[in-house]
Amino acid sequence: MEALRGVSLTVRGGEFVAVMGQNGAGKTTLVKLFNGLLKPTRGSVLVDGVDTREVSVARLSRRVGFVFQNPDHQLFCETVEEEVAFALRNFGLDQEAVRERVEWALSLLDLTRYREASPFMLSGGERKRVALASVLAWDPEVVILDEPTIGQDYGQKEKLRRFIRQIGAQGKTVIIVTHDIEFVADCAPRVVLMAEGRIVGDGGAREVLTDRALVERASLVLPQVTQIFLGLRDLGLPGDVINLRDAERAVLGLLGVGS
Amino acid sequence: MSVSLFDGFRFRVVSSPIHRLDPRVKFLFVSVLFVGAVLFSELIPLLVLFLAPIPLVVLAGVRREWARSLRGAAFFAAFIFIFNFIFPYFFPTAGPGIEPPIDTPMEYAVLAERALVMTLRLLVLVGSFSAFFLTTSPDHLSLALEQSRVPYELCFAFTTAVRFVPVLAEEAQTITDAQRARGLELEKGNFLRRVRNYIPILIPLIVNAIRRSLELAEAMESRAWGATENRTNLYVLRMRRVDYTLLLVSALVLAAAVYVKLAIPVPSVVSLLYP
Repeated sequence: MEALRGVSLTVRGGEFVAVMGQNGAGKTTLVKLFNGLLKPTRGSVLVDGVDTREVSVARLSRRVGFVFQNPDHQLFCETVEEEVAFALRNFGLDQEAVRERVEWALSLLDLTRYREASPFMLSGGERKRVALASVLAWDPEVVILDEPTIGQDYGQKEKLRRFIRQIGAQGKTVIIVTHDIEFVADCAPRVVLMAEGRIVGDGGAREVLTDRALVERASLVLPQVTQIFLGLRDLGLPGDVINLRDAERAVLGLLGVGS
Repeated sequence: MSVSLFDGFRFRVVSSPIHRLDPRVKFLFVSVLFVGAVLFSELIPLLVLFLAPIPLVVLAGVRREWARSLRGAAFFAAFIFIFNFIFPYFFPTAGPGIEPPIDTPMEYAVLAERALVMTLRLLVLVGSFSAFFLTTSPDHLSLALEQSRVPYELCFAFTTAVRFVPVLAEEAQTITDAQRARGLELEKGNFLRRVRNYIPILIPLIVNAIRRSLELAEAMESRAWGATENRTNLYVLRMRRVDYTLLLVSALVLAAAVYVKLAIPVPSVVSLLYP
């Protein structure tokens, strides 16, 4: 079965990319190519100049961390601590390094008080954070998050957004797969829109998410603020507003209140 | 993991005269083939029994799926053949055509034929039942069970189990991907280590299956499962002329098999080759 056709994409180091599109558009297939879980049948995928067909998933994973959508598909240890250490042991880190990295990852995601708890006893949001910690623990240069906002409340999403910005500031490349357009609009990253196995749009969030035809082709709905602002173009409001911060600035600008 | 064997038992929605047969009669037919396979320990009748479901498979247009399930059974078949050939070779007992020690070509041929019989028995079993499952939808199957007066709880448990096989297979794949992305290498280490490598896959799989079954139970109860004593069905199975024909064929095959077994000594292929 052919899932992707004629896809050409370059992601630079330190970039923040959101891959969007409807179910079955090929988003997950695309990102599974990045760490070698899937190998291209035609064409090639290069990670830091290395062809993914020539190295194992384990080797690639050290550079490209992949957090799956459902934490229940990976949690299996008796304690949170063990869970976070699992990948580190697989990568052959020594005992001392494992202890340090676990410590670091647990505090990074505010999980230190659960270190002795069973991952199965935690809430959905906490399990998701354990899954994230278990990948960030080995400090991969690229972090792929598959549907990170599903089942998260507003507060959690806000934390996630700040967290992504924080690891982005450390120079990491972050790729998220999602159809949560409001979340993407809040983060305003580079957006890659997919439909039927092809990339139909690629550019800055303000450029892509305000293009009604393009967004609808990917079976998404424009962000609510964008819909309002596009409807009020004749009042002289700008058309490239995608989130509340943009909106505030635009309205204050229109009212002539200092910026 | 050998998923291809399960593939041969997975139903795909198509329609053919064979798919429309009454599942009860179809089940009887494959059961008769199976009884025949146990009844005989000679090569010729087992070959006939092995070839018997092929017309059904061809008519139903599931040749490729059927062949795949046989290929899935190939490993076990090879194991049975080798075991049944080697064991009597080292511990031979005198019998028709065999006088220990094993040294003449004819004695080798006798051993090979016996091992082949055992192997064919497995292949008859896999071939006939996979022909049944490939041409019978899970809904039809549960109808057949219900209308054979099997308690509904059992029918439901059975069809649910069948329905969740593809779901579990897909979930196992996702879990494997998730753990490989965390550096799990299934092919690494010695035999014991490799078995232990599957723990990170099995635990989430089992935990999720239990969680899902609890959710299913709650969803069923909230939709008043078991509220009425006497269930009725929208579809009622009715025997048609083809079904009676297959019923007759099954009965004839069974009668013929029993008759041949009791009255006619079946020659072995080796005794025909070395008169």
